[in-house]
Amino acid sequence: MISRILAAAAPEGAETPNPLLPADYDILWSSVVFVVLLVFFWFKVLPGFKRMLDERAQAIEGRLADAEAAQKAAEARTAEVEADKAQLRAESSSIREDARAEGAAILAELKQQAAKDADRLSETTKASLLAERDSAANALRGEIGALAIELASRIVGEKLDDDKVANRVVDEFIAELEGKKAK
Amino acid sequence: MLSALSLFRAEDGEFSPPSIFEFYPEIVAFAGTPFAINRIMMIRLIVMVLLIVIFWLWTAKFNKAVKTGNVVPGRFQLLGELALNFVRKSIAHDQLGEKDGERFLPLLTTIFFMVFGMNITGIIPFANIAGTSVIGIPLVLAGVAYVTFIYAGTRKHGIKFFKNSLFPSGVPKPFYILVTPIELLSTFILRPVTLALRLLMNMIAGHLLLVLCFSATQFFFFQADGLMSLFGVGTLLFGFAFTLFEILVSVLQAYVFTLLTTVYIQLALADEH
Repeated sequence: MISRILAAAAPEGAETPNPLLPADYDILWSSVVFVVLLVFFWFKVLPGFKRMLDERAQAIEGRLADAEAAQKAAEARTAEVEADKAQLRAESSSIREDARAEGAAILAELKQQAAKDADRLSETTKASLLAERDSAANALRGEIGALAIELASRIVGEKLDDDKVANRVVDEFIAELEGKKAK
Repeated sequence: MLSALSLFRAEDGEFSPPSIFEFYPEIVAFAGTPFAINRIMMIRLIVMVLLIVIFWLWTAKFNKAVKTGNVVPGRFQLLGELALNFVRKSIAHDQLGEKDGERFLPLLTTIFFMVFGMNITGIIPFANIAGTSVIGIPLVLAGVAYVTFIYAGTRKHGIKFFKNSLFPSGVPKPFYILVTPIELLSTFILRPVTLALRLLMNMIAGHLLLVLCFSATQFFFFQADGLMSLFGVGTLLFGFAFTLFEILVSVLQAYVFTLLTTVYIQLALADEH
């Protein structure tokens, strides 16, 4: 196709240049352009490009390392907090334990004291009962003495040798007493 | 299209089709010396300067990023990274591995951007011809690729490189009569020749097609009479399509040239042939 185009394109009569044979200036300028661009890319563009890529890789790596360190620190902190929490929990449970024991002790003491109080109270009650009984007995004794003296004086007024009489006197006396009581 | 064209030429005689002289414009300075400059040489020098300016700006961005410790590239810097990384990763590292890839990276980067820059002028208004459409650049670059892969091979394997290339192992000895000439031809002669011609002919053909389309459009619109001028619409559309196609070809040829150079180096470095 190219040769056909070339053949069709060549003006008649003119000597057709061969596009495959380079002119000297063609080669020269091609080489100049190539060498300039090669030097430019080799020593200017690519080193800068590479440095930038390296720097970026490094920066990213550095940031990753930072992030890792931060994560480690956070993990350590979490562990610390966990440990603190466990310790606090243990402490609080021991405190609760102590409190419970103390409470039990206090309760026991209170119970003991209550029992003691109750004992003392019953003791006093008993004592006061005894005293009252004693005083009642004393009062009775006095009264009974007076009654006995009255009875004796009556018996002395009657015949004392007859048992029958004595018995009768006593019965009468008791009946009188009962009559008094009924009154 | 060609026969139609010659038809109009015969009828009218005024239509001037593109010729091979497209590629030999008038010498404007230093005529007769090896420093002669014509339009195409000027385009090459301008492209060179533009490439240097663009990559200088990118390099400045890279250096600034290093200095400020900024790891987030801006849009412009990202574009530069993308371009350079395309050659670095997709071509050099993929084919040669990281170590050898970095070794040959300056050459490969230069070849890629130089070929692309020179190709793309084929569709840039006012330039309108590829810097690679004259054989100088394809030839020089193919020569460089040739020297480079031979250098890579002899540097690594010494003289055994030629033995490995010409007398591949695992072939029965009598076959060397057949194999060695073929290997010699394909490795040491055809490789640089095809490298240079592929690029050159793509650019020449592309340019001729575009000139053909647009000069025919010009002819149909302003010189042909009556209904004939409607053909101009068709040739204009073709011209537009081929312009887009030429953009693709520019990138593709730059890629192919660079990739083949890389592959040749890789084959030269390979332990077993």
